[in-house]
Amino acid sequence: MNATKTLIYDGSFNGFLTAVFVAFEEKILVSDIQKNVVAQSGLFSETQTIFTQIDKAKRVWNGIHKKSHSAIKDIYFAFLSENNGVELLLYRFICKMFAGTTSIATDYSDGIVLKISQLARSVGREKHRMEAFVRFQLTKDEIYFANIEPDFDVLPLISKHFRSRYADQQWLIYDVKRKYGIYFDLDQVEIISLDLNEIHTNSLNKSAHFEDEEYNYQDLWNNYFRSTNIKSRINLKLHTQHVPKRYWKYLSEKKAV
Amino acid sequence: MSLSFDRIKEKLNILADAAKYDVSCSSSGSVRKNTTQSLGDSSGMGICHSYTEDGRCVSLLKILLTNHCIFDCAYCVTRKSNDVQRAAFKIQEVVDLTINFYRRNYIEGLFLSSGIFKSPDYTMERLVAVAKKLRLEENFNGYIHLKSIPGASDELMREAGLYADRLSVNIEVPTISGLKLLAPDKKHEDFTKPMLKVKNEIIQYKSEKKIIKSTPKYAPAGQSTQMIVGATGESDKDIMYSATHYYKNYNMKRVYYSGYVPVAEDSRLPAIGTQVPMLRENRLYQTDWLLRFYGFGVRELLNNDHPNLDMDVDPKLGWALRNMEYFPVDINKADKSVLARVPGLGMKSVHKIISARKFRKLNWEHLKKIGVALNRAKYFIVCDSSKWEHRDMEGTKIKGLILQNSTGKFRKEYSSQLQLFS
Ligand code: SF4
Repeated sequence: MNATKTLIYDGSFNGFLTAVFVAFEEKILVSDIQKNVVAQSGLFSETQTIFTQIDKAKRVWNGIHKKSHSAIKDIYFAFLSENNGVELLLYRFICKMFAGTTSIATDYSDGIVLKISQLARSVGREKHRMEAFVRFQLTKDEIYFANIEPDFDVLPLISKHFRSRYADQQWLIYDVKRKYGIYFDLDQVEIISLDLNEIHTNSLNKSAHFEDEEYNYQDLWNNYFRSTNIKSRINLKLHTQHVPKRYWKYLSEKKAV
Repeated sequence: MSLSFDRIKEKLNILADAAKYDVSCSSSGSVRKNTTQSLGDSSGMGICHSYTEDGRCVSLLKILLTNHCIFDCAYCVTRKSNDVQRAAFKIQEVVDLTINFYRRNYIEGLFLSSGIFKSPDYTMERLVAVAKKLRLEENFNGYIHLKSIPGASDELMREAGLYADRLSVNIEVPTISGLKLLAPDKKHEDFTKPMLKVKNEIIQYKSEKKIIKSTPKYAPAGQSTQMIVGATGESDKDIMYSATHYYKNYNMKRVYYSGYVPVAEDSRLPAIGTQVPMLRENRLYQTDWLLRFYGFGVRELLNNDHPNLDMDVDPKLGWALRNMEYFPVDINKADKSVLARVPGLGMKSVHKIISARKFRKLNWEHLKKIGVALNRAKYFIVCDSSKWEHRDMEGTKIKGLILQNSTGKFRKEYSSQLQLFS
């Protein structure tokens, strides 16, 4: 009965939490937890498919929450890093939390705790960057549209920020890498999956989908950006430290540089 | 349509270029929540949406309404006698630009200043009109920073604060004698009068709000000012004493220091091409920080014996080296206020030390883990270890050792005003 098992889940956070629940309930010796799209059957271990159940996921969530406020955030953020093997890492972390009587969430001398807090921090940084670097372009059907290609799956994390800031305009932020987006229809934010074949980063090529004025505003912004430089103070090293090159493709002000 | 875009582009180039010497870009500290399904929200921390090539944060659309000016302040590109292209935005043009930039997530809001055309009041009235339109017609909740025009009337200043998050008057020249020399058209009172008005309104609105909940907000992010550094031969003492005066008497949220960028040949000023004093600017920011957060008094750091900050070491280290009798400090016993004075200890480390030492006595290893800059701190502290580095060394010797072990370190700080202490 003590053979190890690989749990296969649907890739969602709730799916992962359900897997944790099942593992606890059925006292499974977990050898790995994998998304169904990437699952490779382990040579020596059985697999078990997990069906996401919100109520089970919730119980795990609440259980962690009771143990530590900061841990729940770290776990969610680290999960969104999509880091290879992060599920197993998180599973071990959760086991430790439930085993101990005190909160271990801030014991950074523990390797797992440290790793998770580092992952969470990277995801947090990416979240802030996306909130700053999203550049909307106005389409002909009055939707403010932006593409992003974040290192981590941060769309769920940035939704609230944009929701409260742009409450009177329709907007859509699309993750090119993960092929889904969040769309605000003036009423609520929905997750939508689309397969866009045209990638509308702020490129030099104009697209017929956008308002004519759109390019005028981009042009104005580029001009503005250029006139804010004080030549005698230039420091490009500091500049790229703040805006790493991999983000330049979003920024219309960087395309002409 | 595109014709007018070309015209706007031209204006934007001129009026953004003229505004860029104002260094403050802060867009935080406000509390304007989006509660009505309208546009914008500035309740959180300000976001930098981009960075200029000199590494400064771009978070606001920072422009002048016009660069026509009836005055002739020597240090200013916009001054009357300077031969530059002039332009003026219409009120609606600024509103449209702000809204369209904001909707595309380029900016957190608007920072609007202006040359003085016709009269201070005529100018201030237009600045207020832009803010009013944004708030009332566009339901805009983003950040608005308005420049208070020196000499503007109390009535206009009162109105300005109802729509702006922050108001600022740039003192620019830290001494009254310098002001007479460089800005002969302006009186010292022209600057202080609007400052005083804003300060008093903030106090009044706050106390009314305690009684009547519906009292509107007045300049919720407070007021700030800026001083030019290195234009008039003023000492660091002059600058910081005057900064302290403004913090204290006008409840300033921030004082900014801006290394003078020569913009004209003028015998009263450094020649064009003179290097911008960026290291000095950084030292002043560090001093400002020590005064606001580390419990230092300005007289401890700058006085008649010591009217200028050291360029080779940061002001805290400089103070410590002149006051070796305070050291060494026992990491496991000293009060927070004493720890805050140890070179190499930032406030974050101080807090970590205080909470960590409740569990165990701290030694060098612990301090290293916490993130203390030991290469500096080790000369000034003792901890749970028999080894310590002080050995009755003299200040100059310690300084030599520290500098030796941190080559290049200070180069890095030249242009970064944010990374104040490591
Ligand atoms: S009044 Fe203001 S804009 Fe005009 S010259 Fe003096 S500093 Fe420049």
